Amino acid sequence: MDMLYNILIDPFVQMVDAPDFLIQVVWEGFVAGVLYALIALGFVLIYKASGVFNFAQGIMVVFAGLSLVGLHQKGVPAWLALILAIGIMAILAVCIEKFVMRPLVGQPDIILLMATIGMTYFLIGLGEVIFGGEPKQMITSELGLPTGSTAFEMGERGLVILQHIDIAAAVIALLMVGGLAVFFNRTRIGRALRAVADDHTAALSVGISLNQIWAIVWFAAGIVALATGIMWGARSDVSFALEIVALKALPVLILGGFTSIPGAIIGGLIIGIGEKVGEIYWGGLVGGGIESWLAYVIALVFLLFRPQGLFGEKIIERI
Amino acid sequence: MFYREAGQYKTTYAADQQIFPIRQDRIGIGVILVLALLLPLVASEFMLSAIAIPFLILALATIGLNILTGYAGQLSLGTGAFMGVGAYSCYKLVTIFPEVNVIVHILLSGVFAAAAGVVFGLPSLRIKGLYLAVTTLAAQFFLEWCFIRISWLYNYNASGAIEVPGREFFGTLVTGPAAGGISRYYVVLAIVVVMTLLIKNLIRGRIGRQWMMIRDMDIAAELMGVRPLVAKLSAFAVSSYVCGVAGAMFVFFYLGAAEPAVFSITLSFQVLFMAIIGGLGSLVGSFFGAAFIWILPILMRVGLPALGVDIAAETVFQVAQMVIGALIIFFLIVEPHGLARLWAIGKEKLRVWPFPYA
Repeated sequence: MDMLYNILIDPFVQMVDAPDFLIQVVWEGFVAGVLYALIALGFVLIYKASGVFNFAQGIMVVFAGLSLVGLHQKGVPAWLALILAIGIMAILAVCIEKFVMRPLVGQPDIILLMATIGMTYFLIGLGEVIFGGEPKQMITSELGLPTGSTAFEMGERGLVILQHIDIAAAVIALLMVGGLAVFFNRTRIGRALRAVADDHTAALSVGISLNQIWAIVWFAAGIVALATGIMWGARSDVSFALEIVALKALPVLILGGFTSIPGAIIGGLIIGIGEKVGEIYWGGLVGGGIESWLAYVIALVFLLFRPQGLFGEKIIERI
Repeated sequence: MFYREAGQYKTTYAADQQIFPIRQDRIGIGVILVLALLLPLVASEFMLSAIAIPFLILALATIGLNILTGYAGQLSLGTGAFMGVGAYSCYKLVTIFPEVNVIVHILLSGVFAAAAGVVFGLPSLRIKGLYLAVTTLAAQFFLEWCFIRISWLYNYNASGAIEVPGREFFGTLVTGPAAGGISRYYVVLAIVVVMTLLIKNLIRGRIGRQWMMIRDMDIAAELMGVRPLVAKLSAFAVSSYVCGVAGAMFVFFYLGAAEPAVFSITLSFQVLFMAIIGGLGSLVGSFFGAAFIWILPILMRVGLPALGVDIAAETVFQVAQMVIGALIIFFLIVEPHGLARLWAIGKEKLRVWPFPYA
């Protein structure tokens, strides 16, 4: 009976008792969710255009963040470092397309997935050789990002503290999604991208260069990775530990659907808020730390009922 | 010229169905076994403890993953966790029943891993490919969390780690910090050889063929009378059993003590890489892959300074990681069947030697 009370009633009593705390927790989850969503966005971009499940998106985030901070530490001014980091992501995109994707065209999904796992290892090694393994401080203020925080009074009920950088992260994520939507729907390249996503062969036959498109898509994912790296780095440090956290994008994608950009966003928010709330209010019952796997279990349960995700286009192959 | 089956006539079905139908293969395997038995005569304690023992154990883990991914076609990213289940259950068994022989415990601990594997393999009945990879990731993170949080598993140790007690096998100390390299090596060698032989037979037989049918085309397999439920779950069970035994051996014969971080996703990836580089769907490839990935960083650490390249130990590890990552991509592009395929090509060449074509 006690157990049932602890699971079913007590957490909600706590929520009602301290709404300011609940709002704070939900906000924290929301921000984490925005970052998951940004990583998932990178996955979706590449998956849509090439059908490749890019396991390396997490390390691309780390790599982008590290090159930005590393360049700044070498004495490059922040704005130039940002431009150079974008350039590095472009070079990376071209190299990946040329040396990994092009030779593997037409291989089964699993082979491509394993190739991106190999890429992950290569980039981890490369990043550590170039920039060293220790965590680095993100150059938040040099990039002109806000650093302060605002406390909102909630009448008698206490207060909620919002970090400005978190608000900036949410706004930038929103702008990015808007920009990508315009890019996909309104520009010539965007149309070509959608054509490639629909059907490789048909796209080729109307004169779209697959190789060029793939390089562009990987570059776009690289830009998203850079933005994610900056935002995440501003909250904690830029370190290789991020790479494991980035795996959370997988359950996000299962929730949102592999091909849907809005799905990635909403999936990210559900996972982010769900795991924070779950950790704070229910985690204590089993000893805490459930954040590390709750997302996967949510995804697992979801898979049983709606395998194509919330916004997925087609039903995946059932067995 | 030397490697040719010409003239070796099979007059019975039994002779035709033996594991190594070619006499040269039998001789080769015999020679390798004898060399493996004689290794402690020439090898130093370091070579046995730091190279030979972990190599054999990881090869066994790779075989376990190969059953699931290579033969049954179900991608798993949770190998490390299943190895952990084996290790922790072995530890519990050894401390609860101290009088039973430790080898029995090691073989039993695989059963618990198999049970965990079946539970997390259940989603494979409805989903496959990338989606299944996510459910195995769930297994990885959930089980890792269990190893940290459930203190009953490590007997409420303050350190949170499991420490292997010394246990004897026919009067010789084989586990624990005091056990010598040679005795541990022979126990590991025996278990790995026997299990590999058993798995080889399993794969040649009815069950293994069902796994391969499911891998190659599940719908066709079902139409031909293979029950996907039985085939997939048995693949998960056998694979996790082997991984669990390997995990128990990894702690009991190699590490001596282990904390949960040992069985992190890094180990899962390491074993997956061994399977890919060695060749998916090949037992001999599992040994090649394990040798390659385990020994390459050690060779680089020892070999580069000898060549006059001054390099820090940390950097060696990172460079080795880069090389392995690049090799994974290289192998997937150039030779998706891994080192095992190179081995097969080599045998083919030997068969027609000295002529370029037969």
